[in-house]
Amino acid sequence: MRQSNTYVILFTIGLTVVVAGVLSSASQLLAPAQKRSIEFDTKSQILGAVMELEKGMDVLAIYDDRIKSLVVNLDGEEVTENQNGDPIIAENVSVEGNFKRPKEERLYPVFKFINADDPEKVEAYILPVFGSGLWDRIWGFIALDEDFVAIKGVSFAHRAETPGLGARISSEQIQDRYIGKKVYDDDGNLVSVEMVKGEKGGNAYADDPHKVDGLSGATITARGVNDMLENYLNYYESYIEKVKSGEQVASIED
Amino acid sequence: MADTAEQTGSKTLKMDEPLLSKRRRKIVTDPLNDDNPITIQVLGICSALAVTVKLEPTLIMSIAVIFVIVFSNLIISLMRNIIPNRVRIIVMLAVIASLVTLVSEVLKAYNYEMFKVLGAFVGLIITNCIIMGRLEAFAMGNKAYDSILDGFGSGFGYAWVILAVAFFRELLGSGSIFDFKVFEAVGLAGFPNNGLMVDSIGAFMVLGIIIWVQRSKTGYVEN
Repeated sequence: MRQSNTYVILFTIGLTVVVAGVLSSASQLLAPAQKRSIEFDTKSQILGAVMELEKGMDVLAIYDDRIKSLVVNLDGEEVTENQNGDPIIAENVSVEGNFKRPKEERLYPVFKFINADDPEKVEAYILPVFGSGLWDRIWGFIALDEDFVAIKGVSFAHRAETPGLGARISSEQIQDRYIGKKVYDDDGNLVSVEMVKGEKGGNAYADDPHKVDGLSGATITARGVNDMLENYLNYYESYIEKVKSGEQVASIED
Repeated sequence: MADTAEQTGSKTLKMDEPLLSKRRRKIVTDPLNDDNPITIQVLGICSALAVTVKLEPTLIMSIAVIFVIVFSNLIISLMRNIIPNRVRIIVMLAVIASLVTLVSEVLKAYNYEMFKVLGAFVGLIITNCIIMGRLEAFAMGNKAYDSILDGFGSGFGYAWVILAVAFFRELLGSGSIFDFKVFEAVGLAGFPNNGLMVDSIGAFMVLGIIIWVQRSKTGYVEN
């Protein structure tokens, strides 16, 4: 009986139903906690670009307090609604999802790090960046000061860069090299910041505001970081120009 | 079926066998050394190479594997008399895959940091030959309690080896233990990290040395 076709079929159907039931209820039960985890992770990354986060800090409260977000398009105009009329929330915009679309159709979130006492005063603009490393996607956030010139901090993450080589972009040691560098030159041209090939160590390139020391053994990852920064700074350029010229960022409905 | 001999063997022992009899102790201790899944059976090597760069993810991985192997052993052992022989491998896979998915979902909910580090590798527990091997070789022919013990034995056998590998790789490759900077703490701040150790090659080397030391002690020879 145990070997008959009917038994086998009934057994597998039964097993499938049980397994599906267990897994879908687990997924339902864990969904809120997972959503919180992802939210916590995203907000930690955004805040990580401008401040040191330590374990146990109430990231969500700090975020609510200090970050104001908006979404712009390539022309620097604020986008508040999608085609269906639903509101667009910057935190929910998937930079990776948008990366796959042509740059004109993408949404570009902007996170404003506001002064703790004066909510009208922006201390830093945090912009997401996204690109390709050696093995897989790399992404991160770059925080620029209120004039969009100097870098206040960066946070980079990666999916599969080589541990000890390219993976170092997610380490503090490398990210600290960007602090104080300038993405605009003195004439107001967007030049981004380049991570050079080769690693000198120490305080190399301290006198060059547009270069940071490279990653030994990870030239291609470094090139990916350079491209990612340059591309995304260019995508945000219209928005940056508008804010700089003091123009009210127009709100359009997409 | 192969399990009949085992079954009759354990039937004569039933009831009067103490909870931790010599035979049962052997089920747990054998895989720790003499029949270690990694160093003797040479199974589960892929994850031993992939997740052992640092101790913390390795520890999480060990716990995940122990959980999956114990519970899949238990479930398959309880179902062993109703599983149709022809689809038993698929049934085992379904059980393992469900447990692995559960682990992965729980990790995603409560330790997102580790989920990002281990992500794909937790999913790959499904293909960890140790688990499949124990289900086919043990749980299909033994009672639930013995199967749990066997699961713990193999799980810990796997865990101590990958933890040992991770210990040396993190110490020499990143200069730390559980992200605690050891060399700085003992005043050797300039101690160079060995890049080879963070690469898979480092795992091969450490694993090879562990196997070498172990076999020279136990005198085990492959035949």
